[in-house]
Amino acid sequence: MPVETWTYLIVGFTFLAYLYIGYLSRVRDTKGFYVAGQGVPPVANGAATAADWMSAASFISMAGMIASMGYDGSVYLLGWTGGYVLLALLLAPYLRKFGKYTVPDFVGDRFHSQTARGVAALAAIFVSLTYVAGQMRGVGIVFSRFLGVEIAIGVMIGMTVVAFFAILGGMKGITWTQVAQYMVLIIAYLIPAFAIAFMLTGILIPQWAFTTSDLVPRLNQIQMDLGFQQYTQPFQSKSMLDILAITLVLMMGTAGLPHVIVRFYTVPTVRAARYSAGWALLFIALLYTTAPALAVFARYNLIHTLQGKSVEEVRQIDWFSKWEATGLLQYADKNGDGKVQIAPGDAFEKTAGKPDFKKPNLKSANEVHIDNDIIVLSTPEVARLAPWVIALVAAGGLAAALSTAAGLLLVVSSAVAHDVYFRMLNPQATERQRMTVGRWTILGALLVAGYFGVNPPGFVAQVVAFAFGFAAASFFPILLLGIFDRRMNHQGAIAGMVVGLGFTAWYVIGNKFFDQPAWFLGISAEGIGLVGMLLNIASALIVSRLTPAPPEATQAIVDHIQKPGGETAAEQSH
Amino acid sequence: MSEGKHQKRYLQLRDYWRANVRLIQVLLLVWALTGLGGGVLWVKQLNQFSIGNLPLGFWLAQQGAILLFVALIFIYARAMDSLDKRYEVEE
Repeated sequence: MPVETWTYLIVGFTFLAYLYIGYLSRVRDTKGFYVAGQGVPPVANGAATAADWMSAASFISMAGMIASMGYDGSVYLLGWTGGYVLLALLLAPYLRKFGKYTVPDFVGDRFHSQTARGVAALAAIFVSLTYVAGQMRGVGIVFSRFLGVEIAIGVMIGMTVVAFFAILGGMKGITWTQVAQYMVLIIAYLIPAFAIAFMLTGILIPQWAFTTSDLVPRLNQIQMDLGFQQYTQPFQSKSMLDILAITLVLMMGTAGLPHVIVRFYTVPTVRAARYSAGWALLFIALLYTTAPALAVFARYNLIHTLQGKSVEEVRQIDWFSKWEATGLLQYADKNGDGKVQIAPGDAFEKTAGKPDFKKPNLKSANEVHIDNDIIVLSTPEVARLAPWVIALVAAGGLAAALSTAAGLLLVVSSAVAHDVYFRMLNPQATERQRMTVGRWTILGALLVAGYFGVNPPGFVAQVVAFAFGFAAASFFPILLLGIFDRRMNHQGAIAGMVVGLGFTAWYVIGNKFFDQPAWFLGISAEGIGLVGMLLNIASALIVSRLTPAPPEATQAIVDHIQKPGGETAAEQSH
Repeated sequence: MSEGKHQKRYLQLRDYWRANVRLIQVLLLVWALTGLGGGVLWVKQLNQFSIGNLPLGFWLAQQGAILLFVALIFIYARAMDSLDKRYEVEE
C-alpha cells in the first residue's frame, strides 16, 4: 500500500478513536466541564499533561532546532522539563488544594480583587488564543505535507474533531482524548528513533546509542572538517548569561502557563497532584531525552549522505527529491562544481525571516538549506522504514497539535464563561447557563484560532516565542507569592504584575520591533523575562509591606492551601 | 477543643509547613546545581570529563538533568507522604 493510503487509514482511525472517547466522556455539569469532576487518576493525568504540553512544535520542530544549535539547544531541553520541578514543588499541590476551576479564580480570591481576576483572565485568554492559533496551523501543515491537502481544509478537519470532543466532553473529554493522543504521539516518535539509532550504531535504545556510541565524536570531527565548531561546544550562538536567562524563563514560564496548571485541578487529591506532576515529566522525558539523540543521528546522517556527493547522485535519493519539492530542503550549486557542499552560514538570503530560494547567499559556501522540521519528518524515510511508520508520524504530529489545542481552548472557555461571565458579570447564573456559555466560547475560540491558523498574522509566531517570558514575568511570581507569602496583598500583586509584565513587554517590543539593542547585559528578548520576574517579585514585596496586610479571610485561604487535609489552624480557631 | 490542645495543633501545623519549605529548599538547590550549574554555568569545566562518549557537561544538559528532574519530583512526593502522615494532615 502506498504511504498516502496508510496515512488516510491511520489518521482516520485515530480521529475516530478521539471522537469515540469524546462521546463516552460527555459531561453535564460545570465541574465535569472545567476540571473533569476532579476524578482523573494521577498516571492518566500525567499522560494527559504530557500531551497537553507537547505541541506540534515539540513534536515536529524541536529535534531539528537542537540539531542546528548543538549544545545551545539545551535551553529547550532544560527549560521545558525543569519547569515541572517548579510546578510540582511550588504550585501544583497548593492550587489543587485551593480547588477552584481556573488560575484567574485563584488570583481573584487570594488577592480578593476583581481587578486582579479580570487582568488574569485577559492574560490567560490572550496567551492561550495566540498559542492555539499556532497549533491549528500545525494541523494544517501536517495535512498538507503528508496528504497534499490544502492547509485551510486541514485546519477545518482538525477544528471539527477538536470541537466535537471539547464541546461535548469539556475537560473530561479533553483529558481522556489527551491520554490516547499521548500514546499515539510517543509511539510515533519512538519507533523511527529506535530504527535510526539501530541503523547508525547497532544500538536500539536512542539515549544509550547517543551516550555510548562514537557518533557524537565523529560528528564533532566532521563539523570541524567542514568549518563548523564542534557540535558539543557550548555558547556558540549565545552567551552563557543569555543561555542561563532563557533556560530559567522557559522553566518559570512553563510553570506559569494556565493550560498546564489547570491540568492539576483535575486530580482527586493534593497527593495525587504531586505524583501526577512526576508522571507528567516522566512521560515528557521519554520524548525529551530522545529528541537530542534523534538530532545527532539525523544531523550526522544528513551530512554524511550529502556532503561532497554529485548532484545527480543526491537527486536519486527519493527523500531528497521529495523534500526538495516541498521547499524544506533546497540546493543551489554556488561554485558550479556539480557537488554538494555543506558549510556554516545560511545557504540562501532571508526575506522577512524566511529563506528566499531565488537568492543564494554568496557570503556563505553552504549550498544546502535544511529546514529544522525535516529532522523528525524525514527520519522514517532515511531509516528506510515501512510506509505505515511514515503515516504514524503524521498521526503523531496531529495528536500533538490537537491535544495542545484542546487544552488551550478549555482555558479560553473557562476564563470567559467562569471567570468573566460567572464570577464578574452574572454571579446568579445557573449551571445550565454557565455550561451553555462555556460551550459556545469553545466554538467561538476555535473559529478565531482556525481563522488565524489559515491566515497567520505575523505577530502569532512572535507572541508564542515570548509567551514564556510573559508568563514568567506575570503569573509565576504572583502565584508563588500568593502561596508562600501570607503577607502578600492585592496592592503588591498588582504592582508586581504591572512592573514585571511592563518591563518585559517594553524590552521585547523595543528589541524586536524598534531595533533597540539587547541593552541589559546583552540578554536577548527571549531571556529578559527573567529580569521581569525578579522586578515583579521585588516590587510586590516592597509595595505589600508599605500597604495594609490582607484581611483575615484572605490569610485564612493561605493557611488552608498550605495543608493537604481538611483542617487548618484558621478553621480550628472558629 | 481546649485552648492548650488548640495551641499545640497550631504549633504542629507550623512545624509541618516549615519542614515542607525546608524540603523544597533542599530539592531546589539540587535542581539548580545540576540543571543550571552543571548544565550551563560549569559546562566547560565538566566537559573535560566524559560519560560514555559524551562530554559530561553536555550529557548533563541534554540527558542527565532531565532524568534527575523526574527523580526530584517523585522524591518530593514520597517525602511529603511521610510528612503528611507524621503531622496527620493526610486527605
